[in-house]
Amino acid sequence: MAERIAVVGIGQTHHQSTRGDVSIAGLVREAAQRALDDAQYDWSDIDAVVIGKAPDFFEGVMMPELYLAEALGAVGKPMFRVHTAGSVGGSTAIVASDLIKAGIHKKVLTVAFEKQSESEAMWALSLPIPFQPPMHAGAGGYFAPHVRAYMQRSGAPDHIGILVVLKDRLNALKNPYAHLHDDTITFESVRDSMMLWDPIRYSETCPSSDGACAMVLTDEAGGDAAAHPAAWVHGTAMRSEPTMFAGRDTVSPLAGKDCAKDVFGQAGITNPREQIDVVEMYVPFSWFEPMWLENLGFAAEGDGWKMVEEGATQMTGDLPVNCSGGVLSSNPIGASGMLRFAEAAMQVRGQCGEHQIEGARTALGHAYGGGSQFYSMWVVGADKP
Amino acid sequence: MGALRDVAIIAFSQTPLVRREEARNEVEMLMPIVVEVLEKAGLAHDEIDFVCSGSSDYLAGQAFSFVMTLDSVGPWPPISESHVDMDGAWALYEAWVKMQTGTVDTALVYSYGKSSPGDIRRVLTRQLDPYYLGPLWPDSVSLAALQARACLDRGVVTEAAMAEVAARSRQAAASNPFAQLTSSADADALLKEPMFVDPLRVHDCPPVTDGGAAIVLAAGDKARELCDRPAWIRGIDHRIEPHNLGLRDLTRSVSTEQAAARAGVGGAKVDLAELHAPFTHQELVLRRALGLADDTVVNPSGGALAANVVMASGLIRLGEAATRVSQGQADRAVAHATSGPCLQQNLVCVLEGE
Repeated sequence: MAERIAVVGIGQTHHQSTRGDVSIAGLVREAAQRALDDAQYDWSDIDAVVIGKAPDFFEGVMMPELYLAEALGAVGKPMFRVHTAGSVGGSTAIVASDLIKAGIHKKVLTVAFEKQSESEAMWALSLPIPFQPPMHAGAGGYFAPHVRAYMQRSGAPDHIGILVVLKDRLNALKNPYAHLHDDTITFESVRDSMMLWDPIRYSETCPSSDGACAMVLTDEAGGDAAAHPAAWVHGTAMRSEPTMFAGRDTVSPLAGKDCAKDVFGQAGITNPREQIDVVEMYVPFSWFEPMWLENLGFAAEGDGWKMVEEGATQMTGDLPVNCSGGVLSSNPIGASGMLRFAEAAMQVRGQCGEHQIEGARTALGHAYGGGSQFYSMWVVGADKP
Repeated sequence: MGALRDVAIIAFSQTPLVRREEARNEVEMLMPIVVEVLEKAGLAHDEIDFVCSGSSDYLAGQAFSFVMTLDSVGPWPPISESHVDMDGAWALYEAWVKMQTGTVDTALVYSYGKSSPGDIRRVLTRQLDPYYLGPLWPDSVSLAALQARACLDRGVVTEAAMAEVAARSRQAAASNPFAQLTSSADADALLKEPMFVDPLRVHDCPPVTDGGAAIVLAAGDKARELCDRPAWIRGIDHRIEPHNLGLRDLTRSVSTEQAAARAGVGGAKVDLAELHAPFTHQELVLRRALGLADDTVVNPSGGALAANVVMASGLIRLGEAATRVSQGQADRAVAHATSGPCLQQNLVCVLEGE
């Protein structure tokens, strides 16, 4: 019971709008093979596979893990499928980590993916359901009022969202796996892009990507023997709250605050801004960076946008956020949460190349989903907990 | 695997299992049994440490369908919660794992499915390899018929033995107030029925069912305090086989054999087994894979042939087996769940009284 957990292998695909060169099986296997290569493991070393993705309608395959058993080397092993909405990539890693923590398995492969080009996620999210409020067209229509409420509540000026996306897209230029590589992006080009869901502009919106991410998690012995330095898991947490409950605050949901409190408590973090070196947070629309900075306790309520404006979340700032380019630069939905968790682990392993924060020792991976109601988070460190 | 923590099923509730639940949506269907299972467990809403559920968007016809269904547990203040796109038996497995980490002592597991709004035989074709198999639309009954034919040709089942399974299951269902289908017909009468999808007759196939189920788990002394006779989980494991039917021996259930060995089924006498066998021949395949003796009572609830809630039939098997252990009708029981075409993936759980 309560075995230590190490991340010893990480892999991801090159994320693109359409990976027409591979099947769904080919896509997940590409990420998984890279994670195994990083760990210097063979398929036969793996005890169990835990896979996650967002709704099955996004590819039109019901419970696709059944069809992926061979591609992920799961035959004869436990194969487990997680689905917790947008937070699923993070939740999947946490479910896999629990298998290690509980002492049930020693080496677990965890994979998350989305192949959005197989269908149209925006309309898959927009089916009219009797007796439920419509999502309008896609997730942006749902979240725009939350952003507007945040702007009114905090008094944030209109350009904060532009600063966030400019930072993330420029960071993405340093990440060879990122979907969007636009070296012509400027403050003006974002400002002048089409208003999609006021106040969210086209250029402040995540792309629609095909991609996968995989990690190999092991027990303490596996971490000690890792081919490359392991990232150690210092805490994991998940929280959920209802969609329609009138008493919830959709701008800064209690589930997010509770989840952060739990994961920081496990990791012994009392001052997150001081003690966390780098953050990978789930920001599908630019304004969610200042909103999550407050929700996670990095900024006081109403002050998140000031951190953005001061440049604190730039790679040169004191709390770099989304050095990988984040969800705003690559969004294979089901994998987006695991990419946050994986990029956090890559930072403390010193694996990030051009987007590496020198000396990063402790990192937060964050994911959210549903109507800002599902949260998963982990804190990873270069040192053993 | 290291030393495991004692975890037990202490309460089980299910909805009436019916052909068509038209009047209530998923939340309305689940809320009464969530309330009931917590009452049975003697736990208040805020005394549950972890919640896990299982369902499929392909039954609800809606992306993120489980998001709204979470309302049935009233998740406020926010809860520690997870969801699997698998039968609820696997949701129970996730909750059991969470309890093994030592961070939670109680868990609520639920799952549900309404197959009635769609054509479940066609819906399940979307579960197949989307490039090579799905485009052929081979429906679930036809695939099961291929498996049954292979079993008959190999001599591991007979049509008479299949009819015996159907007759026994539907007769047993008469004493299960939640069951959908009951029948007093004997095997000889059933064998006179015409073929449905050769070699399957209608009675060899499961009904189309709407419903849901909920289970409460508790660890160690907490379980003993809350329940007179907890059904202890002595072993639980699940394994998967190749998806491609051509790569499998359909007359065996290799993944059930593997899971049973790890769950420790063979260690002692099995008094009772609740097997998730939607088709009659599959029960016979599973009995062999589990090595069950002739005197093991199989599916006293009527099993999936009496009511088959896709996404919850496995969880219901766990609940039915645990209830009988808690009531003293069995000291040692096996519960089984399956997923995928022709028993592709299987979970086996050993439950014991103290």
